[in-house]
Amino acid sequence: MAGRIFLKGNEAIAHGALAAGCKCFFGYPITPQNDIPEFMSSAICKAGGQFVQAESEVAAANMLLGAAAAGVRAMTSSSSPGMSLKQEAISYMAGSDLPGVIVNINRGGPGLGDIGPSQGDYFQSVKGGGHGDYRTLVLAPATCQEAYDLTRLAFDLAYTYRNPVLILGDAILGQMKEPVTPAKPRKENPKEAQDWCLTGAKGRPTRLLKSLFLDDGALAGQNLRLKAKYEKMKAEIRYEAFACDDAELVVVAFGTIGRIAKSAVRALRAKGRKVGLFRPITLFPFPSAALAALAAKGKRFLTIEHNLGQMVEDVRLAVLPAADSDFFSVLPGNMPIPDDFEKPILASLKGAAKKTGAPGKATKKAAKPTPAKAAAATKKTPAAAKIRGKAAPTAKKPAAKGKKG
Amino acid sequence: MSEKIVFQKPESVYDRATHYCPGCHHGTIHRLVGEILDEMKLREKTILVSSIGCSVFLYNYLEVDAVEAPHGRAPAVATGVKRARMDKFVFTYQGDGDLASIGMAEIMHAANRGERISVVFVNNTVYGMTGGQMAPTTMEGQKTTTCPSGRCPESHGLPIRMAEIIASLGGVAFCARTAVDTVKNLNQTKKAIRRAFEVQTAGTGFGFVEVLSTCPTNWRMTPLKANERIAAEMIPYFPLGVFKDADAEVCA
Ligand SMILES: Cc1ncc(C[n+]2csc(CCOP(=O)(O)OP(=O)(O)O)c2C)c(N)n1
Ligand code: SF4
Repeated sequence: MAGRIFLKGNEAIAHGALAAGCKCFFGYPITPQNDIPEFMSSAICKAGGQFVQAESEVAAANMLLGAAAAGVRAMTSSSSPGMSLKQEAISYMAGSDLPGVIVNINRGGPGLGDIGPSQGDYFQSVKGGGHGDYRTLVLAPATCQEAYDLTRLAFDLAYTYRNPVLILGDAILGQMKEPVTPAKPRKENPKEAQDWCLTGAKGRPTRLLKSLFLDDGALAGQNLRLKAKYEKMKAEIRYEAFACDDAELVVVAFGTIGRIAKSAVRALRAKGRKVGLFRPITLFPFPSAALAALAAKGKRFLTIEHNLGQMVEDVRLAVLPAADSDFFSVLPGNMPIPDDFEKPILASLKGAAKKTGAPGKATKKAAKPTPAKAAAATKKTPAAAKIRGKAAPTAKKPAAKGKKG
Repeated sequence: MSEKIVFQKPESVYDRATHYCPGCHHGTIHRLVGEILDEMKLREKTILVSSIGCSVFLYNYLEVDAVEAPHGRAPAVATGVKRARMDKFVFTYQGDGDLASIGMAEIMHAANRGERISVVFVNNTVYGMTGGQMAPTTMEGQKTTTCPSGRCPESHGLPIRMAEIIASLGGVAFCARTAVDTVKNLNQTKKAIRRAFEVQTAGTGFGFVEVLSTCPTNWRMTPLKANERIAAEMIPYFPLGVFKDADAEVCA
């Protein structure tokens, strides 16, 4: 195996794609993902592949659709505003069972937003993103090594499920440099798409890849097939659970924010605080069962995101009714450091944070349990009643938090 | 007794009735494409990129591999297919709403890059499938459901002449405008589509044919009257001819 190489996250994704046998790349300039098309413009050609700088993200994603129809491993990358434009093709690809890898180096939004890190595209990524009833697999790396490895995985998953796979990073991941241990380049498997891809109808019946289903019941049938596929994807669920076993409070965060939160959790562990970190790596399918299991053990939860609260909805769906999740928000333009998370984590550990917490105010409002609910709370949450301030309107279920499963 | 076959369907065309309205030229153009695929022995290496419009079902009529592109994006999808499989024959078949309106960026840039693909562009001056709305090619004064008093250049601009625009781009190896309203024009169309296919198989560049076509239903005309309109109204504004037939050096 080759030695370690020092790469930006963006470059790690590009290297990972090449190691996975990516043969076509379709790009369009947008910060902070430019390193990917810039690197690919020469590297993929040297590897015997094709690079096209498309006229727009709309075109780039539709080129991906075309290469996918031909059964060739292909990728496109962009950043938030460009992702909006790619949704048309992603929806058609999902509807036509076409595999492909799409990278989103998330920046601040809505609109033109800024060019700094953000996790504002969580909903767009995991709830479909374009029109119609569909999902894409979503992988969220937190390190450059993971960016490399998950990109390789993304191609395998795309072809296993014949579905678009998203890699959701952010400007932190894209722009930071770390050593990466490369893998052996994948041996090409000419059989990968041979049963369905378009090669010209030589010696076999014609093939048709489409998302139009007009006949009575045809679209219902297709959508049910898609649903069954999404169910099967649950076998791919990945997450990192760090120090969760004996934790009283589990911090839930993904991507680079998950990594920063892990440092905060480590620091608090060193001070004897029983906190852990749960970092979903597949955002769709979401590791709900693993979170539910932690909730059943009586853990409390705090979700931290670089947005106003998106994944927290999925966390709550997973842990309710056994528990609920507090929320701490990092706003665009802010580069959090682990210290920033210690206060909100400690507040949640004590049961004091409010669930829709405004940034930096996590400790200002307290949950005021009703006597019945307070009784249900375990020893782990005695502080709830002591915190000053009024009951937050959203803090209606404190009892559930401390409950033993 | 020996039989002499005087007419039969091309191998590349399925033996089935089309869904097109009486007098619609789409079916005629399909057949020409099928004949050329046969003659050039391309059927087994062809990947069709169908577009959104009345001709979306072209894949039901041509016996070739096919992928459906979103509205206007066929040239981008075809770019992806061709870049992935350079040894295959890739063509799109698009209407005027699809190609000259929503898909303007994709057609211009695929042509300008000189993608080794071929495009059959069917200009019937309306959005057929959605019920006859104004298209970028709708003639001045022509009534449609979204310009009921006739296309007015002051607010809608003038009809776009795509063949002339495409011919001006560097990567284009062949570009022509033809019609299928008469036997003579039909033969010219067949020749032109053949050339547009040949520049791809020879690796010379991008091939493009605009075919003037009828839409009797949305023109509110009988098939006969619609056919006559091609020569009476369309050809004077959309002149027929070959606008570019370059050799390899010119469009490298
Ligand atoms: C994004 C999008 N917008 C609009 C439509 C609706 N639509 C379907 S076909 C069509 C126009 C077809 O007209 P044209 O390309 O001229 O082809 P024709 O039907 O006349 O052959 C439109 C607007 C669509 N399918 N997708
Ligand atoms: S609506 Fe017009 S273009 Fe469509 S099939 Fe009928 S005649 Fe042809």
